[in-house]
Amino acid sequence: MSTVAETENNNVEKKNNSRLAEIAKSLVKNKLSVFGLVIIALILLTAIFTPLITDYGPYEQNLENTKLGIGSEGHMLGTDNYGRDVWSRIAHGAGISLLVGLSSVGFGLIGGIILGLLAGYYRKLDGIVMRIVDLLFAFPGILLAMLVIAMLGTSLVNVVIAISIWSIPGCARIVRGSVLSIKRQEYILAMKTVGASDWRILFKHILPNCTAPLIVYGTMRMATAILSTSALSYLGLGAQPPTAEWGAMIAAGQDFMWEAPHLAVIPGIAIMLTVFSFNVVGDGVRDALDPNMDLNN
Amino acid sequence: MSRLLNVENLETNFRTADGELPAVRDISFSVDKGETLCIVGESGSGKSITSLSIMGLLPPNGYINGGSIYLENENLTGKQEEEMEQLRGNKLSMIFQEPMTALNPVLTIGYQLREPLTIHKNMSKKEANQASIELLDKVGIPNPNEKLTQYPHELSGGMRQRVMIAMALACEPSLLVADEPTTALDVTIQAQILDLINELKSEIGMGVIFVTHDMGVVAEIADRVMVMYAGEVVEMADVETIFEQPQHPYTQGLLDSVPDVDDMTQELKVIKGSMPGLNDEIGGCRFHPRCPLAMEVCKQKEPPAFEVTSTHYSKCWLQEVNQSGKPNAITQS
Repeated sequence: MSTVAETENNNVEKKNNSRLAEIAKSLVKNKLSVFGLVIIALILLTAIFTPLITDYGPYEQNLENTKLGIGSEGHMLGTDNYGRDVWSRIAHGAGISLLVGLSSVGFGLIGGIILGLLAGYYRKLDGIVMRIVDLLFAFPGILLAMLVIAMLGTSLVNVVIAISIWSIPGCARIVRGSVLSIKRQEYILAMKTVGASDWRILFKHILPNCTAPLIVYGTMRMATAILSTSALSYLGLGAQPPTAEWGAMIAAGQDFMWEAPHLAVIPGIAIMLTVFSFNVVGDGVRDALDPNMDLNN
Repeated sequence: MSRLLNVENLETNFRTADGELPAVRDISFSVDKGETLCIVGESGSGKSITSLSIMGLLPPNGYINGGSIYLENENLTGKQEEEMEQLRGNKLSMIFQEPMTALNPVLTIGYQLREPLTIHKNMSKKEANQASIELLDKVGIPNPNEKLTQYPHELSGGMRQRVMIAMALACEPSLLVADEPTTALDVTIQAQILDLINELKSEIGMGVIFVTHDMGVVAEIADRVMVMYAGEVVEMADVETIFEQPQHPYTQGLLDSVPDVDDMTQELKVIKGSMPGLNDEIGGCRFHPRCPLAMEVCKQKEPPAFEVTSTHYSKCWLQEVNQSGKPNAITQS
């Protein structure tokens, strides 16, 4: 009897691990998302170890060696018009992009989750909250961000605020939709019968059921946030020169497009690779979390 | 035995697009400590709404229109939501029909089992874990220690129902409302769960309201039986009386529609017609359109609850005929 029970338990343990393992496995099966994951990992490592892997500071000028090409000695990606090392600025920019992306998506998700939970759970709040969300949706995102920056002034912090606000409505809708179906489930009623308060039910019992779509939304949103940060900086609304931000670097580099194209192209490639990676990983995570939505097969 | 729950003239209505619909019409009953009251009836008879009214967990468009529900001399109908939260899981608990959907699929058994303990007993996570293990052991789950970290999908239906019972009984409530807890289970598991409820009932000394439409389950578990039809109580008596001397034609019909396995030639009897909708206007007795014994008076006047004996009530005009000693002047309709 005990041996039967033991083997049963072993099976159960295997099952326990297999949920995560299954997701990881189907994520790994998708070649494109593996590529994305590798790139994101490299960018993350670059951002964390910037001082160790660069020989120069991002703002260190050397007016004797300006606009060196790719592969120059000591400057593998060349130098810009002030003789600053492009590689060190790109590496530094990786940190800025990830930080801005993560924080704006993070704040956006927090705001969206709170609004979505309230709108989905309380009928009385649903109308007003969702109309505000609709209003936010009616603005083209980049215009909304520009509006916020116009009011608050140009700085990276304000870019974070602007992109957070822009992320709220999408997240709120996703959460509201999930809450609407989850709150009717019997296990929520069962939780009420043991005396759980609304707050407890919302955050401890409904929210965990919404995580799958939120992870996908968050990953995809990272791509948009990083792209928008660069776009706003390129337009002069975000990071200001001399900050080593990718968008700002393109803006500064485009004046030398003919003499030193790498000044604009390299940050451009960095943006493209990052955004592409987050998008394909987002796709992969979506397919992995929801086997019914595997659009590639 | 002392009185635990007293429901008087309870009326529960629903607000719908068609107007106000009464789902429970003026019912009164009581449950003593250590007693099991079975509420029996077809789907739509108001059994579940009665139990949800007691729990204070009616759907958003449902509300208690009148009457009172006293639990140990506290009126539940006038309570604020916060006060009800204090009672639920603590003094009042409920288990459900579908153990498959009554546990949150993304949270572990332990996490869900700890909830009533942390809410009502202010236990730390460690204490609650220990108490959960004891609870699971009590409801007969093997290896309770490991079950705590498992998810609901890893357990069978019977095991999940045991977990639900453990959760409901965590704070040793004085009243357990069981809404068809065995309907979704295999017959063998069903018997185990009924035994378990009976065992725990006598251990804790709680009262049980057991909602079911299975007369076999009623025979197994009930002390008293309340038969409901279309939102009304049509007959109430102790369990032997219900099975041996049912008075109301509806109760007789329910008992007749239980198949007899020994009688191979028996044709299964049914109660013809179906339960009226909530908004159907029926004059007189609400059962008369389906009643094989309906008389003229049944169509005209609603019958009161006639007392057959001091513990046996039947809401049927036949009682008047029987009591006044008139010959059975029953006209078939």
